[in-house]
Amino acid sequence: MTLATKTGLAPHPANSLAEIDVHSIRAEFPILKRKIYGKPLVYLDNAATSQKPRFVLDAIEDYYEKENANIHRGVHYLSERATADYERVRVQAQRFLNAAKSSEIIFVRGTTEAINLVAQTYGRANVGAGDEILITAMEHHSNIVPWQMLCGEKGSKLRVAPINDRGELLLDEFEKLLGPKTKIVAITHVSNALGSVNPVKRMIEMAHRRNIPVLVDGAQAVPHMSVDVQALDCDFYAFSGHKVYGPTGIGVLYGKTALLEAMPPYQGGGDMISSVTFEKTTYNKLPYKFEAGTPDIAGVIGLGAALEYVADVGLDAIAAHEHDLLVYATEKLSAIPRLRLIGTAAEKAGVLSFVLDDIHPHDIGTILDQEGIAIRTGHHCSQPVMDRFCIPATARASFAIYNTREDVDALVKGIRKVREVLG
Amino acid sequence: MGELRDLYQEVILEHSKAPRNYKKLAAANHHAEGFNPLCGDRFTVYLDLEGDTVRDIAFEGSGCAISKASASMMTQSIKGKTVAEAERLFENFHKFVTTQNHAESDSAELGKLAVFSGVAEFPARVKCATLAWHTLQAALEDKQEAVSTE
Repeated sequence: MTLATKTGLAPHPANSLAEIDVHSIRAEFPILKRKIYGKPLVYLDNAATSQKPRFVLDAIEDYYEKENANIHRGVHYLSERATADYERVRVQAQRFLNAAKSSEIIFVRGTTEAINLVAQTYGRANVGAGDEILITAMEHHSNIVPWQMLCGEKGSKLRVAPINDRGELLLDEFEKLLGPKTKIVAITHVSNALGSVNPVKRMIEMAHRRNIPVLVDGAQAVPHMSVDVQALDCDFYAFSGHKVYGPTGIGVLYGKTALLEAMPPYQGGGDMISSVTFEKTTYNKLPYKFEAGTPDIAGVIGLGAALEYVADVGLDAIAAHEHDLLVYATEKLSAIPRLRLIGTAAEKAGVLSFVLDDIHPHDIGTILDQEGIAIRTGHHCSQPVMDRFCIPATARASFAIYNTREDVDALVKGIRKVREVLG
Repeated sequence: MGELRDLYQEVILEHSKAPRNYKKLAAANHHAEGFNPLCGDRFTVYLDLEGDTVRDIAFEGSGCAISKASASMMTQSIKGKTVAEAERLFENFHKFVTTQNHAESDSAELGKLAVFSGVAEFPARVKCATLAWHTLQAALEDKQEAVSTE
């Protein structure tokens, strides 16, 4: 608690008794045994993608070895098994987000596709010339560009709610930007470049008072905190499987039934129809209306295993562990002379973005890599955030369930090495 | 540490900290912008061409140690050369930073630019070493849009 006060971070609300045994968790992730240039892997690039536990890898292999078949159309045993498993993951995802119905869960390739889906269906049907779409200054490119494309097509306008020097959203400014022309609000739950946790519940209340629907980009949130879409009352929520210990290529779009029902389909094809003639096609019911073609069945099975894994460990325990690491790392990094943390919000998830003297992050990344330390360097697909802080790029370390204080110590040692090499 | 020292040679570090010809060139009759979208490095290269000869060259922008030093040393080695010579040098330089186990004759031809020999061991950094050169090429062709390494 004293550490937290010193770092300016808010204390974590989760019960600190829910501690995890990080060493037995590490043993479940095969890749963590790897050596990189002869040194143990220190994986601190979790905001880009997390590593996968054996449980997830086995589930995918098992599916292909024992159950592989197409879903929703076969009468044979394997197809029925695969369909049942696929649909069981939908119910898991429903519980994971506490959605009211499993038909509100749509499987997509990832957060990016989820946002594009909403922009191209809900957006095209409801946003017109002169209308406005409101986002924040800390969005990932995937929550900027799909809306820009829509604005370009419709002659509508993208408005951006500003942030302060700590990387916190200015809530008053956000509210002022909600107007009669605002047709949709699209906001990130947690910033990938800064780690800031947005007060999404209050933002949604503000938008709903004006009857504006809200999409929440949850890519960086779901690996680190429990999300309850009914409590948030968001209209859409998107996340990617690969950032939450699942495989790449699979993600979830949650949408409220009434909105999804009213939206036109995204892609046309098999599975999304009830009947087809050359004169007329009747679309399938939810959620299949939005799942054209054979989906990533193995990916869905893998996602199910990942969600089960996370539920087993417990999101509160994960959150408490990562918060402990964040506080420890914030203190250690802040003590390094001429290191500047970018993103010092009081409410933060396990992301530490930093710059060091005038050393370019790319050089930091190369030197840390030689020590076996994997971090991300660059603009993190958030160029407007970099512009806001007048920097071209940052070095970013981000935490997951399997990281330890030793990983943080290795990072600190690596940063010293950077100084040594670059003088 | 050995490979890192090969990459970050003293000459490179020195140029990255005190880049030569680092300014906007008032007399420039050609210029272009170069951009590496992966890491955000961005340079503008200015050229004062007299007929077929580079009378003066300068650059400004931001980037990592490798890209900045490469831009700095490029301006030094291009000044006074003809366009054809500059293009040939880029060709050699590009080959040099993308091939391991250099022949001694390669280094001789490149002169001081041979300090970038370590880049070949770091494929992720080849684009850093060549960004300024791509930008130079764009300036010679008077490209209006920023040239990208992607």
